[in-house]
Amino acid sequence: MMGEVWSWERAIDVLPVLLEAFLKVTLVATVVGSIIAAILGLVVAIVRRSAPAFIAKPVHWVMQFIRMTPLVVQLLFVYYALPSTVPRLWIGIGVLGVHYASYMAEVYRAGIESIPKGQWEAATALSMSPTRTWRKVVIPQALRATIPALGTWVISMFKDTPFLMVIFIVEMVSRAQSYGSQVFAYTEAFTIAGLIFLAASYPTSILVRRLEDRLAY
Amino acid sequence: MDNLEALQNAWPRLLDGIVITLQLTLGGGALAFAVAVTFGLMALHGSVWVRGAARTLIEFFRGTSLLVQLFWLFYVLPLLGVTLEPAVTGILALGLNYGAYGAEVVRGSINAVPKGQWEVSTALSLRPVHRMRRIIWPQAWAIMIPSLTNLLIMLLKGTAVANVILLHDLTYVTEQLRRATGDTFFSYGVSMIIYFLIACVLVLGANAIEARAKHKLGRGPSLREVLRLRPAPVAAKGVA
Repeated sequence: MMGEVWSWERAIDVLPVLLEAFLKVTLVATVVGSIIAAILGLVVAIVRRSAPAFIAKPVHWVMQFIRMTPLVVQLLFVYYALPSTVPRLWIGIGVLGVHYASYMAEVYRAGIESIPKGQWEAATALSMSPTRTWRKVVIPQALRATIPALGTWVISMFKDTPFLMVIFIVEMVSRAQSYGSQVFAYTEAFTIAGLIFLAASYPTSILVRRLEDRLAY
Repeated sequence: MDNLEALQNAWPRLLDGIVITLQLTLGGGALAFAVAVTFGLMALHGSVWVRGAARTLIEFFRGTSLLVQLFWLFYVLPLLGVTLEPAVTGILALGLNYGAYGAEVVRGSINAVPKGQWEVSTALSLRPVHRMRRIIWPQAWAIMIPSLTNLLIMLLKGTAVANVILLHDLTYVTEQLRRATGDTFFSYGVSMIIYFLIACVLVLGANAIEARAKHKLGRGPSLREVLRLRPAPVAAKGVA
């Protein structure tokens, strides 16, 4: 069994195991993490733009700090700082969401800055309330410009989900590792895990590129 | 006070960890840069075969996650008869993964150089190598530095998983410190600040390189002007 480098038998054996971990953990973490990141990122971008400086500045610094320090360290930090009763997957998804919110906030910021000044002035001239201006004028236009870039970050988050293994979440790659250590053969498990990532992320990135072309002004 | 004492005791090991992290970052960064330039230029080559090969490699290394590549090199390569030092494995995985992202930056930046520049070089009958080295590359270089810097910071943050291939990097030493002090906030706080400072130094270095690249193109002040302590002349302000 040890002699051969690649065995189709093992490959067929490990595939359902990996797919299960992929659907139950990797995909769930990506989807929920992306939703958190997309919403929190937008909130941060709006706060930075319209809140008074004593709030906007610290928020900016904190997000900057999160952006410049490793996701792995943040995961470990939050994992050990919280009581052990909090489910690991929640911690993982929360940290993933906040970490990527710091990237997405920058994307939204660029999108908001790309809105011509005249739009803001027109909204003021029409005596729209600030809330209405954001909701009906700024965000719809800014979002259009940012969707492809947000998509790129979602793909990036998807490929970062294996980092969750540092807080002992059994996602696809750590499942591949544990399978490998059980049967003393890692080739099939890791190769298939990589191919699953590729199969999921490559079509998505093409989709994002198409979207970019279509949404471009 | 206990914490400070623990930090003092742990400092030599923390330094060892920082050295490993820096090795991975700089080694991985250098390899990533070489990979990025090679694949980036290949992706622009006239031959369909060369372009196809580059695209396949780029998409492959971008699409399969960093950790999968790390594990693959660490566990599978020895089965194929190649055994590497863990540090080399780490540098290889980081360099190939982030290099593939960098290749897209290199390709995009070269494409972003205005068409007229290519036409002019052709009109002056410069050889292709000459055209790239003297005309196109210097301009593309100035465009690509900010994106490459972002990737370098991502790479630095990516080194924090080195422990999975048994490297005792800064993150690993931090965890040891946490166990010794029992203080999560303190130990991880120290470590995050160190990562942050390393990132800041890298960004400052990259900004200096960018200023130099732009100055060479005749856009903006020279590095010496940027770094001097006297206030910059008003004219330079608009550029910064």
